[in-house]
Amino acid sequence: MPLGGVIFITIFIATFGVILIYLARWTGGRAKKTSQAKMDIYECGIPAEEKKDTKISVKFYLTAILFILFDIEVIFMYPWAVNFRHFISTGAGPFVFGSMFIFLAVFIFGLWWEIKSKALEWD
Amino acid sequence: MTSMGTTTFEVAVNLIKLVLVFLMMVQLVPILVWLERRGSAFIQNRFGPNRVGPLGLLQLLADAVKFLTKEDFAPEKGNRLLFYAAPVFALVPAAVAYMAIPMSVPLKFNEYTFLIQGYEINVGIVFILGISSLAAYTILMAGWGSGSKFSLMGALRASAQIISYELALGLSIVGIILLYGTFNLSEMIHAQQGIFSFNAFGHNISASWLPNWGIFYQPVGMILFFAATFAESNRLPFDLAEGEAELVAGFHTEYGGFKMLMFFIGEYGHMMIASGLMATFFFGGYSIWNLTPQEVYQWCFNLIGNEFWAGAMNSLLHFLSYLVKFGIFLWIFFHVRWTLPRFRYDQLMDLGWKTMLPWALANTMITALIIFVTSYYVL
Repeated sequence: MPLGGVIFITIFIATFGVILIYLARWTGGRAKKTSQAKMDIYECGIPAEEKKDTKISVKFYLTAILFILFDIEVIFMYPWAVNFRHFISTGAGPFVFGSMFIFLAVFIFGLWWEIKSKALEWD
Repeated sequence: MTSMGTTTFEVAVNLIKLVLVFLMMVQLVPILVWLERRGSAFIQNRFGPNRVGPLGLLQLLADAVKFLTKEDFAPEKGNRLLFYAAPVFALVPAAVAYMAIPMSVPLKFNEYTFLIQGYEINVGIVFILGISSLAAYTILMAGWGSGSKFSLMGALRASAQIISYELALGLSIVGIILLYGTFNLSEMIHAQQGIFSFNAFGHNISASWLPNWGIFYQPVGMILFFAATFAESNRLPFDLAEGEAELVAGFHTEYGGFKMLMFFIGEYGHMMIASGLMATFFFGGYSIWNLTPQEVYQWCFNLIGNEFWAGAMNSLLHFLSYLVKFGIFLWIFFHVRWTLPRFRYDQLMDLGWKTMLPWALANTMITALIIFVTSYYVL
């Protein structure tokens, strides 16, 4: 792994971004507070409220949980996919193929159950 | 080969190369913005920017000056640290992931071999998918840091959309990984060079009029992958994150000036990654139609007669080939944006979970079945 290169370019880009932000602040100047409305968040003509306690639909939370479950299952298929041809050439093809189909059956059952229990309905 | 080099010269060239690839990405953004504005004007039968400079090309410079002279604004009620950090972090994942995409055949100079890419990573696919999906965090940072409900809702929608399509995206390329048996993008391109040929039931089947590209083996995977990348880069028809009819501008409602520009660079960077990966997975990467780099090198060598310059010309020709494919996919991004309307949110989620995920699963299973049957039984 060229870890050094990854770290170098990450730091380089972050520095580049910070310099851009300071450059824009230097050339454009900071926003002067001419009125309270200017410093408020965007709102369509009525007084703006701070909305840190906005009620968020539980659907987002559910989607995130389902994503974690299914993404891990997808990631499990990667090493299998990379080694599949190698396993076939060494004669372990039927076993590897069969075990992945059992795994996929569990995956598909999970997806079917999730759709059937209306976990993915947005309305 | 995979490290940053052994001698000072090699390390220095590799580091400069990293900076050059990054600057190339940043410089492409204004050109692409110009192309998109002119292209959309062409599609909608109007003029587009045509006042500043020839064909409006200097519009980019005018925009940059405008950005520089804007007041630096942060909403009083937001979280200032997150608000300023989000655009900086929006730059990082796109550029760091793009570095791993090979853009041409390696250039040989004396005893050194320089890759025409930022760095080569053995698990290139996993690296790119992992790093580029960090973009979900920058969107959430922007949404939370703004302290505005429009930003927060846009950010939530965007992150839910990105993680939903991450599944279809990850699963749609399992077929291509099964096919080539590697995570390394250079090896994958190597396997796609030359004419169409594969082994089945112990026989070799080939066609000299077709290139050996992934799309001929994985057409369904190609469509699923390309559709999922639209959702990943928040482009129409999946730009629910900034549906201006409902959310003003989504997660970047409160941003302006250079901070806005940095989100733009991030978004265009994701489109560049998507286009580069499309070319790499399904269209032979930098390879030229039906030809292997050895054949092209031989042709260059006969023309020039100097090993280094023939190699340089070989790299240049392959880089041009890559740029053509890259440009075509970027143009498809623009064309789709100005052709299709936006989805409704439940349609978007249904498409990701109930249509693309099952199709990607079926594609994986059928690919595995075909590979198994054709290589296990000999007729």
